[in-house]
Amino acid sequence: MALENVCNWQAPEALSPHLPGAGDWTVPRGYDRLGFLQTQGPELAHGTTTLAFRFRHGVIAAADTRSSCGSYVECPASQKVIPVHQHLLGTTSGTSADCATWYRILQRELRLRALREGQLPTVAGAAKLLSTMLYRYRGLGLCVATALCGWDQAGPALFYVYSDGTLLAGDVFSVGSGSPYAYGVLDRGYRYDMSIEEAYTLARQAVAHATRRDAYSGGSVDLYHVKESGWERVSREDACMLYIRLQETGEQEEETTPTSP
Amino acid sequence: MAARYDRAITVFSPDGHLFQVEYAQEAVKKGSTAVGIRGTDIVVLGVEKKSVAKLQDERTVKKICALDDHVCMAFAGLTADARIVINRARVECQSHKLTVEDPVTVEYITRFIATLKQRYTQSNGCRPFGISALIVGFDDDGIPRLYQTDPSGTYHAWKANAIGRSAKTVREFLEKNYTEDTIATDSEAIKLAIRALLEVVQSGGKNIELAIIRRNQPLKMFSAKEIESQVVDIEKEKEEAEKKKSKKLI
Repeated sequence: MALENVCNWQAPEALSPHLPGAGDWTVPRGYDRLGFLQTQGPELAHGTTTLAFRFRHGVIAAADTRSSCGSYVECPASQKVIPVHQHLLGTTSGTSADCATWYRILQRELRLRALREGQLPTVAGAAKLLSTMLYRYRGLGLCVATALCGWDQAGPALFYVYSDGTLLAGDVFSVGSGSPYAYGVLDRGYRYDMSIEEAYTLARQAVAHATRRDAYSGGSVDLYHVKESGWERVSREDACMLYIRLQETGEQEEETTPTSP
Repeated sequence: MAARYDRAITVFSPDGHLFQVEYAQEAVKKGSTAVGIRGTDIVVLGVEKKSVAKLQDERTVKKICALDDHVCMAFAGLTADARIVINRARVECQSHKLTVEDPVTVEYITRFIATLKQRYTQSNGCRPFGISALIVGFDDDGIPRLYQTDPSGTYHAWKANAIGRSAKTVREFLEKNYTEDTIATDSEAIKLAIRALLEVVQSGGKNIELAIIRRNQPLKMFSAKEIESQVVDIEKEKEEAEKKKSKKLI
């Protein structure tokens, strides 16, 4: 510090408080910062399985409901699919608090624009807005990995937004620690021309399989459907019961349609 | 020194007028005429070209400017002020595309220009913009639109309008002649615009500049030859109409 230089006096380490920079963690005095954070630091809640895919009859969004903090289940029945407005849903993954806050901000922005322009922005516009808002905070520790599912004038629309500014359009997205397991099931069964029932079954299967293998996913399985008339919450079923039920239906189907060797 | 720039130039008069804005509207009335017509499948902008000096390059004098692929505007008033407004509008058109992934609607960009003009009637040390603008284009829904803004920052939608010198005469002509028939086809709408300008322009087709936008097509500027052929057609039609009249009399 300038005063110290002029007076030729060095303040002892103990007296100056080390305040953390933006997005940083405070570490007790005398400890090596990185080592401390690795062993004792908080584990942010990234564990989840969410998925979304778009098909002829709209966009399906499904998610598990387990909020974990390290190996502790913080909430077994949390809400990971957040409605933004009547024709827009978002699946959330990453830091729950960040996702909740940014979705409220997105809601506010979209509402303001609807008032100004006389119509809501398109899903592409909403995704762009969210992605540019998040990009300003890049590098400061935000973690928001979300799939925006909506229906606008161009039909069903699906975008993936990540807090480093990534914005991707696509037909199938799965986000979270359980996503590899979900992708395995989704990629096998996805077709754009599915019926609504087939789509519901596929989404449920994908999340159920992910909750079975991923320790950080579980609880229940939420299923939402965005149609031309708006979003609809289809079901919330317990993950274990759902998995057993799907296995039984699978076995029944195999019995009735035996595969030739 | 700073005190001089603190004083607002546009202040209210005791009887509620903003004189600077009204003087700006006078400046607009001195500018060359511009006319805009909204047809069923076409929008037309026509302006009176001021005669250029002998050594001046005609091509650099443009009063009709594209703001984006689907929107264009003509202005009347101070050319330098118009250049600033057009530049800002063009940037806003692209910025809007970048933020909301959609091209601007004609109403949006008109509102932007109008808000910009209003800001200058309420700022320290600035005078209002001395231009009125006619903004035309098609939105995504395929509906043609024509808007007019003025120096005070208000904007209105019009079926047909004129600004600048002799705007009143042209507007009266349009009020009489803008009917379902005269805008039924694209060529009729174009002829109406030229006829309206011919009412007030001195040397006929040479001093007219014309641009059209058709649905889902980019802006088209008419060449001098095309305007000349339209003028010739109009004069033929006039002659025939007069012959019919004189026949009836006999």
